[in-house]
Amino acid sequence: MGLELYLDLLSQPCRAIYIFAKKNGIPFELRTVDLIKGQHLSDAFSQVNPLKKVPALKDGDFTLSESVAILLYLTHKYKVPDHWYPQDLQARARVDEYLAWQHTTLRRSCLRALWHKVMFPVFLGEPVSPQTLAATLAELDVNVQLLEDKFLQNKAFLAGPHISLADLVAITELMHPVGAGCQVFKGRPKLAAWRNRVEAAVGEDLFQEAHEIILKAKDFPPADPTTKQKLMPRVLAMIQ
Amino acid sequence: MALELYMDLLSAPCRAVYIFSKKHDISFNFQFVDLLKGHHHSKEYIDINPLRKLPSLKDGKFVLTESVSILSYLCRKYSAPLHWYPPDLHTRARVEEFMAWQHTAFQLPMKRIVWLKLMIPKITGEEVSAEKIDHAVAEVKNSLKLFEEYFLQDKMFITGDQISLADLVAVVEIMQPMAANYNAFLNSSKLAEWRKRVELSIGSGLFMEAHSRLMQLADWDFSTLDPVVKENISELLKKSK
Repeated sequence: MGLELYLDLLSQPCRAIYIFAKKNGIPFELRTVDLIKGQHLSDAFSQVNPLKKVPALKDGDFTLSESVAILLYLTHKYKVPDHWYPQDLQARARVDEYLAWQHTTLRRSCLRALWHKVMFPVFLGEPVSPQTLAATLAELDVNVQLLEDKFLQNKAFLAGPHISLADLVAITELMHPVGAGCQVFKGRPKLAAWRNRVEAAVGEDLFQEAHEIILKAKDFPPADPTTKQKLMPRVLAMIQ
Repeated sequence: MALELYMDLLSAPCRAVYIFSKKHDISFNFQFVDLLKGHHHSKEYIDINPLRKLPSLKDGKFVLTESVSILSYLCRKYSAPLHWYPPDLHTRARVEEFMAWQHTAFQLPMKRIVWLKLMIPKITGEEVSAEKIDHAVAEVKNSLKLFEEYFLQDKMFITGDQISLADLVAVVEIMQPMAANYNAFLNSSKLAEWRKRVELSIGSGLFMEAHSRLMQLADWDFSTLDPVVKENISELLKKSK
């Protein structure tokens, strides 16, 4: 059996991997793990990833979790164009720097924005106080500004003149609050221009395809009580 | 121009960078940025890293932040022995997997213990509720369980028979709650034995030296804490309420 990628395009890191694999013509079997049905909590999936999270990769007997590790694995194995993860010492360090920074900052804010604005009230039927939502959106604002001021600055892409893994990870994160109806690019022409460049570099069709689900997040039907009970503890831990 | 490393060994990521650099005889200037004195908020440091976080590296004009990135940079630039960051596809992936996972699963819970059990009480004079501490401890225990079962398993080190960057980053993070007198290694003999192996691989002298400031934190005179730092803490306190 060839490469299998266990993904749900609802999840930001899954979108980055999906786009990267498709863009680079990496052959893989897509194994959809439906998060809102709680499929990631199944015994079957825990054989692939005992940490019960997506994305996950299975390549023969080898399994791997963590999107950054998976992106790097695909980069090394399939010998993709250099600009994705440059050989040059300092250029590579810039990509690594972004990939490390984003875990506890932009990723966290984008995840919380989606859950506090849409997923809790609409999907889980749990109200979120205006103060909580405001605080989450304020933090998102800070991190989006840091993305622009510290990482993008006046460059075409985050790590230099060409698109890299950093841009792919960043853009898929930002589409989370966009899916929740937050206008993160409004009043940020520099960032909006970067977004357009990234979309063009990835390919508009592939970009749209990868983001079809998140852009419909507001329309998810409410979870039934059993599913809600199953999902709640891990959701609460995830967005902490 | 020599390599500059901006660090305070109270910070786990700084200790990883310090230990790695010393272990490989990498020549550098230790630029001490005193977290307790709020030096990370100084104009001089903000010029280096506007995010006001440690560690930072400055190599000529090139400035780099994020310890995981700094460690990879040093590995590559100074051609560290391959076992630190193995070239084999699968082994390398295991290092990268741990390095990614630990940001949220290790660093945050380990830091929280120090804040709740030591820093907040010492600074505000108020104890944090037992409920909050129990929750934080439960989180640490859960992360350590995952670490043992998924990352370490029955191997000597995370990647197998030799130490790698993953073990270095793991050990300095698990040491962090020691400042608050919480010895996470008491949870399991497997963990304690792994720690001994890591310490021996690094060198006990270097390991102790790197951790001495952390181990003395509880004895520090908190009344001399910098006002800016105190202010930031009151924000954290409000957030954790």
